[in-house]
Amino acid sequence: MSSVAARVDSDDQLARLLQIGVVLEEVVEARAHRHYQSLPADDRDDAIESLLEEASDESADHRRELEALIDDLDAESIPFEDVKALVAESYGQTGPEDFDGVLYDQLHGEETAYKFYDDLIDAVESSSAEFSVDRDEVLGTLREIREAEAAGVEEVAKLMEDRA
Amino acid sequence: MNTADQYLKTIFLVQKLEDGPAATGDLADRLGVSPASVNEMIGKLEDRGLVAHEKYKGATVTDDGEARAREALQTYCILERFLANVLDVDDYRAEARQLEPVIDETVADRLDMIIDREPQCPDCFDADADACGLLVEDRVEADD
Repeated sequence: MSSVAARVDSDDQLARLLQIGVVLEEVVEARAHRHYQSLPADDRDDAIESLLEEASDESADHRRELEALIDDLDAESIPFEDVKALVAESYGQTGPEDFDGVLYDQLHGEETAYKFYDDLIDAVESSSAEFSVDRDEVLGTLREIREAEAAGVEEVAKLMEDRA
Repeated sequence: MNTADQYLKTIFLVQKLEDGPAATGDLADRLGVSPASVNEMIGKLEDRGLVAHEKYKGATVTDDGEARAREALQTYCILERFLANVLDVDDYRAEARQLEPVIDETVADRLDMIIDREPQCPDCFDADADACGLLVEDRVEADD
Protein backbone atom coordinates (compact mmCIF):
# COMPACT_ATOMS: atom_id res chain seq x y z
CA MET A 1 0.00 0.00 0.00
CA SER A 2 1.30 3.43 -0.83
CA SER A 3 0.96 6.41 1.43
CA VAL A 4 0.97 10.15 0.95
CA ALA A 5 3.37 10.61 3.87
CA ALA A 6 6.92 11.73 3.08
CA ARG A 7 8.71 9.05 5.06
CA VAL A 8 11.56 6.63 4.40
CA ASP A 9 10.57 3.20 5.67
CA SER A 10 13.22 0.74 4.49
CA ASP A 11 16.81 0.21 3.37
CA ASP A 12 15.59 -0.11 -0.22
CA GLN A 13 13.80 3.21 -0.18
CA LEU A 14 16.70 4.97 1.49
CA ALA A 15 19.17 3.46 -0.97
CA ARG A 16 17.04 4.55 -3.91
CA LEU A 17 16.79 8.11 -2.62
CA LEU A 18 20.53 8.23 -2.02
CA GLN A 19 21.02 7.04 -5.61
CA ILE A 20 18.92 9.96 -6.77
CA GLY A 21 21.28 12.15 -4.73
CA VAL A 22 24.24 10.55 -6.52
CA VAL A 23 22.69 11.42 -9.88
CA LEU A 24 21.99 15.02 -8.84
CA GLU A 25 25.61 15.37 -7.71
CA GLU A 26 26.87 13.87 -10.93
CA VAL A 27 24.74 16.34 -12.87
CA VAL A 28 26.27 19.30 -10.98
CA GLU A 29 29.76 17.85 -11.33
CA ALA A 30 29.44 17.19 -15.06
CA ARG A 31 27.78 20.48 -15.89
CA ALA A 32 30.18 22.65 -13.86
CA HIS A 33 33.11 21.10 -15.66
CA ARG A 34 31.58 21.16 -19.11
CA HIS A 35 30.25 24.69 -18.77
CA TYR A 36 33.60 26.11 -17.96
CA GLN A 37 35.13 24.44 -21.00
CA SER A 38 32.40 25.86 -23.21
CA LEU A 39 32.74 29.51 -22.14
CA PRO A 40 34.35 31.91 -24.64
CA ALA A 41 37.88 32.90 -23.49
CA ASP A 42 36.80 36.52 -22.89
CA ASP A 43 34.19 35.41 -20.37
CA ARG A 44 36.55 33.34 -18.27
CA ASP A 45 38.05 34.70 -15.10
CA ASP A 46 39.68 33.38 -11.95
CA ALA A 47 36.56 33.77 -9.80
CA ILE A 48 34.32 31.65 -11.99
CA GLU A 49 37.06 29.18 -12.75
CA SER A 50 37.66 28.51 -9.07
CA LEU A 51 33.93 28.46 -8.27
CA LEU A 52 33.17 25.85 -10.93
CA GLU A 53 36.22 23.82 -10.06
CA GLU A 54 35.29 23.80 -6.37
CA ALA A 55 31.68 22.94 -7.20
CA SER A 56 32.80 20.02 -9.32
CA ASP A 57 35.19 18.72 -6.63
CA GLU A 58 32.60 19.17 -3.89
CA SER A 59 29.96 17.27 -5.85
CA ALA A 60 32.43 14.44 -6.40
CA ASP A 61 33.05 14.32 -2.62
CA HIS A 62 29.31 14.30 -1.87
CA ARG A 63 28.76 11.58 -4.41
CA ARG A 64 31.41 9.40 -2.78
CA GLU A 65 29.90 9.96 0.67
CA LEU A 66 26.46 8.95 -0.61
CA GLU A 67 27.90 5.90 -2.35
CA ALA A 68 29.60 4.82 0.88
CA LEU A 69 26.23 4.93 2.64
CA ILE A 70 24.56 3.00 -0.18
CA ASP A 71 27.27 0.32 0.01
CA ASP A 72 26.53 -0.18 3.69
CA LEU A 73 22.79 -0.58 3.14
CA ASP A 74 21.18 -3.91 2.47
CA ALA A 75 19.89 -2.95 -1.00
CA GLU A 76 20.65 -3.45 -4.66
CA SER A 77 22.28 -0.66 -6.58
CA ILE A 78 23.34 -0.06 -10.16
CA PRO A 79 27.01 0.66 -10.91
CA PHE A 80 27.82 4.34 -10.83
CA GLU A 81 29.70 4.15 -14.13
CA ASP A 82 26.39 3.49 -15.92
CA VAL A 83 24.89 6.66 -14.47
CA LYS A 84 27.99 8.66 -15.30
CA ALA A 85 27.85 7.60 -18.94
CA LEU A 86 24.19 8.48 -19.20
CA VAL A 87 24.63 11.91 -17.67
CA ALA A 88 27.60 12.65 -19.92
CA GLU A 89 25.61 11.58 -22.97
CA SER A 90 22.66 13.82 -22.06
CA TYR A 91 24.84 16.82 -21.35
CA GLY A 92 26.78 16.47 -24.53
CA GLN A 93 23.72 17.94 -26.23
CA THR A 94 22.40 20.71 -24.02
CA GLY A 95 23.53 23.52 -21.77
CA PRO A 96 23.71 27.28 -21.50
CA GLU A 97 26.24 29.05 -23.69
CA ASP A 98 26.83 32.38 -22.04
CA PHE A 99 28.28 33.38 -18.73
CA ASP A 100 25.01 34.37 -17.02
CA GLY A 101 23.42 31.13 -18.16
CA VAL A 102 26.27 29.11 -16.68
CA LEU A 103 26.03 30.82 -13.31
CA TYR A 104 22.25 30.59 -13.27
CA ASP A 105 22.43 26.89 -14.07
CA GLN A 106 24.95 26.38 -11.30
CA LEU A 107 22.72 28.25 -8.86
CA HIS A 108 19.71 26.19 -9.89
CA GLY A 109 21.65 22.94 -9.52
CA GLU A 110 22.78 23.80 -6.00
CA GLU A 111 19.32 25.02 -4.96
CA THR A 112 17.75 21.83 -6.27
CA ALA A 113 20.27 19.69 -4.41
CA TYR A 114 19.60 21.66 -1.21
CA LYS A 115 15.85 21.10 -1.55
CA PHE A 116 16.40 17.40 -2.19
CA TYR A 117 18.55 16.88 0.92
CA ASP A 118 16.21 18.99 3.03
CA ASP A 119 13.21 16.86 2.04
CA LEU A 120 15.19 13.65 2.45
CA ILE A 121 16.32 14.62 5.96
CA ASP A 122 12.68 15.37 6.90
CA ALA A 123 11.60 12.01 5.48
CA VAL A 124 14.26 10.10 7.45
CA GLU A 125 13.42 12.04 10.62
CA SER A 126 9.70 11.25 10.17
CA SER A 127 10.40 7.53 10.11
CA SER A 128 11.03 5.21 13.01
CA ALA A 129 12.39 2.47 10.74
CA GLU A 130 15.65 0.75 11.63
CA PHE A 131 18.18 0.86 8.79
CA SER A 132 21.21 -1.37 8.45
CA VAL A 133 23.38 1.74 8.74
CA ASP A 134 23.41 3.97 11.79
CA ARG A 135 20.59 6.48 11.52
CA ASP A 136 22.67 9.26 13.09
CA GLU A 137 25.43 8.63 10.60
CA VAL A 138 22.95 8.93 7.70
CA LEU A 139 21.43 12.11 9.09
CA GLY A 140 24.85 13.55 9.96
CA THR A 141 26.13 13.00 6.42
CA LEU A 142 22.98 14.40 4.82
CA ARG A 143 22.94 17.49 7.03
CA GLU A 144 26.58 18.17 6.30
CA ILE A 145 25.95 17.91 2.55
CA ARG A 146 22.85 20.11 2.84
CA GLU A 147 24.89 22.82 4.56
CA ALA A 148 27.53 22.63 1.85
CA GLU A 149 24.80 23.10 -0.79
CA ALA A 150 23.47 26.12 1.10
CA ALA A 151 26.96 27.63 1.16
CA GLY A 152 27.27 26.88 -2.56
CA VAL A 153 24.03 28.71 -3.30
CA GLU A 154 25.28 31.77 -1.39
CA GLU A 155 28.61 31.72 -3.16
CA VAL A 156 27.10 31.62 -6.64
CA ALA A 157 24.51 34.26 -5.73
CA LYS A 158 27.28 36.56 -4.48
CA LEU A 159 29.31 36.10 -7.63
CA MET A 160 26.23 36.93 -9.72
CA GLU A 161 25.58 40.01 -7.60
CA ASP A 162 29.18 41.21 -7.92
CA ARG A 163 29.01 40.97 -11.68
CA ALA A 164 25.59 42.60 -12.05
CA MET B 1 5.46 16.20 -4.11
CA ASN B 2 3.23 17.65 -1.40
CA THR B 3 0.11 15.89 -0.15
CA ALA B 4 -2.35 18.26 -1.86
CA ASP B 5 -0.75 17.63 -5.26
CA GLN B 6 -0.83 13.86 -4.73
CA TYR B 7 -4.56 14.10 -4.03
CA LEU B 8 -5.24 16.33 -7.04
CA LYS B 9 -3.36 13.96 -9.33
CA THR B 10 -5.25 10.98 -7.98
CA ILE B 11 -8.68 12.65 -8.24
CA PHE B 12 -7.85 13.62 -11.83
CA LEU B 13 -6.82 10.05 -12.71
CA VAL B 14 -9.83 8.41 -11.04
CA GLN B 15 -12.09 10.88 -12.87
CA LYS B 16 -10.53 9.80 -16.15
CA LEU B 17 -10.98 6.13 -15.32
CA GLU B 18 -14.55 6.45 -14.11
CA ASP B 19 -15.54 9.13 -16.57
CA GLY B 20 -17.15 10.96 -13.69
CA PRO B 21 -16.53 12.19 -10.13
CA ALA B 22 -13.95 10.35 -8.03
CA ALA B 23 -15.53 8.47 -5.12
CA THR B 24 -13.97 8.72 -1.65
CA GLY B 25 -13.46 4.94 -1.41
CA ASP B 26 -11.56 4.78 -4.72
CA LEU B 27 -9.36 7.66 -3.68
CA ALA B 28 -8.67 6.08 -0.27
CA ASP B 29 -7.65 2.80 -1.97
CA ARG B 30 -5.35 4.43 -4.46
CA LEU B 31 -3.74 6.76 -1.94
CA GLY B 32 -3.42 4.16 0.82
CA VAL B 33 -5.13 6.36 3.41
CA SER B 34 -8.42 6.20 5.31
CA PRO B 35 -11.71 7.54 3.82
CA ALA B 36 -11.81 10.04 6.70
CA SER B 37 -8.43 11.45 5.63
CA VAL B 38 -9.69 11.72 2.05
CA ASN B 39 -12.79 13.65 3.13
CA GLU B 40 -10.72 15.98 5.24
CA MET B 41 -8.34 16.78 2.39
CA ILE B 42 -11.16 17.16 -0.14
CA GLY B 43 -12.69 19.77 2.18
CA LYS B 44 -9.41 21.68 2.22
CA LEU B 45 -9.01 21.48 -1.55
CA GLU B 46 -12.58 22.63 -1.99
CA ASP B 47 -11.90 25.67 0.22
CA ARG B 48 -8.94 26.51 -2.02
CA GLY B 49 -11.08 26.28 -5.17
CA LEU B 50 -9.16 23.31 -6.55
CA VAL B 51 -11.87 20.67 -6.20
CA ALA B 52 -15.67 20.58 -6.39
CA HIS B 53 -17.38 17.99 -4.23
CA GLU B 54 -20.86 16.59 -4.62
CA LYS B 55 -22.28 14.54 -1.78
CA TYR B 56 -22.75 10.81 -2.56
CA LYS B 57 -21.07 11.28 -5.96
CA GLY B 58 -17.50 12.36 -5.32
CA ALA B 59 -14.85 14.90 -6.16
CA THR B 60 -14.01 16.64 -9.41
CA VAL B 61 -11.02 18.88 -10.06
CA THR B 62 -11.78 22.48 -11.08
CA ASP B 63 -9.84 24.13 -13.94
CA ASP B 64 -7.20 25.37 -11.47
CA GLY B 65 -7.15 21.96 -9.82
CA GLU B 66 -6.68 20.25 -13.18
CA ALA B 67 -3.72 22.48 -14.03
CA ARG B 68 -2.07 21.49 -10.74
CA ALA B 69 -2.99 17.84 -11.25
CA ARG B 70 -1.40 17.78 -14.70
CA GLU B 71 1.82 19.29 -13.36
CA ALA B 72 1.87 16.72 -10.57
CA LEU B 73 1.28 13.95 -13.10
CA GLN B 74 4.18 15.18 -15.16
CA THR B 75 6.43 15.11 -12.08
CA TYR B 76 5.24 11.57 -11.42
CA CYS B 77 5.95 10.52 -15.02
CA ILE B 78 9.48 11.90 -14.74
CA LEU B 79 10.01 9.84 -11.61
CA GLU B 80 8.70 6.65 -13.23
CA ARG B 81 10.79 7.14 -16.35
CA PHE B 82 13.87 8.00 -14.31
CA LEU B 83 13.51 4.86 -12.20
CA ALA B 84 12.86 2.63 -15.21
CA ASN B 85 15.32 4.09 -17.71
CA VAL B 86 18.17 5.47 -15.61
CA LEU B 87 18.23 3.32 -12.48
CA ASP B 88 16.90 0.26 -14.30
CA VAL B 89 14.23 -0.49 -11.70
CA ASP B 90 11.84 -3.30 -12.74
CA ASP B 91 9.05 -2.42 -10.38
CA TYR B 92 9.21 1.27 -11.18
CA ARG B 93 5.48 1.78 -10.49
CA ALA B 94 5.62 0.62 -6.89
CA GLU B 95 8.82 2.52 -6.24
CA ALA B 96 7.52 5.72 -7.84
CA ARG B 97 4.50 5.57 -5.54
CA GLN B 98 6.75 5.11 -2.51
CA LEU B 99 9.19 7.86 -3.42
CA GLU B 100 6.70 10.38 -4.83
CA PRO B 101 6.05 12.17 -1.49
CA VAL B 102 9.77 12.85 -1.05
CA ILE B 103 10.55 14.11 -4.56
CA ASP B 104 9.83 17.78 -5.16
CA GLU B 105 8.88 19.19 -8.57
CA THR B 106 12.18 21.11 -8.83
CA VAL B 107 14.14 17.90 -8.24
CA ALA B 108 12.06 16.07 -10.85
CA ASP B 109 12.74 18.89 -13.33
CA ARG B 110 16.46 18.33 -12.86
CA LEU B 111 16.08 14.58 -13.36
CA ASP B 112 14.02 15.34 -16.45
CA MET B 113 17.18 16.67 -18.12
CA ILE B 114 18.56 13.16 -18.46
CA ILE B 115 15.50 11.24 -19.58
CA ASP B 116 13.76 11.20 -22.93
CA ARG B 117 10.24 12.39 -22.39
CA GLU B 118 7.77 12.96 -25.19
CA PRO B 119 6.18 16.40 -25.70
CA GLN B 120 2.67 15.01 -25.22
CA CYS B 121 3.42 14.16 -21.55
CA PRO B 122 1.31 13.83 -19.39
CA ASP B 123 -1.53 13.17 -21.87
CA CYS B 124 -0.14 9.72 -22.63
CA PHE B 125 -0.31 8.63 -18.98
CA ASP B 126 -2.17 5.32 -18.70
CA ALA B 127 -4.49 5.81 -15.69
CA ASP B 128 -5.49 2.17 -15.70
CA ALA B 129 -1.91 0.90 -15.53
CA ASP B 130 -0.94 3.82 -13.25
CA ALA B 131 2.11 4.38 -15.40
CA CYS B 132 3.49 6.43 -18.25
CA GLY B 133 1.73 4.88 -21.28
CA LEU B 134 4.86 4.96 -23.43
CA LEU B 135 6.85 3.22 -20.74
CA VAL B 136 4.24 0.47 -20.57
CA GLU B 137 4.47 0.04 -24.37
CA ASP B 138 8.29 -0.08 -24.24
CA ARG B 139 8.22 -2.76 -21.57
CA VAL B 140 5.68 -4.86 -23.43
CA GLU B 141 7.78 -4.66 -26.62
CA ALA B 142 10.92 -5.58 -24.68
CA ASP B 143 9.18 -8.63 -23.23
CA ASP B 144 8.02 -9.84 -26.66
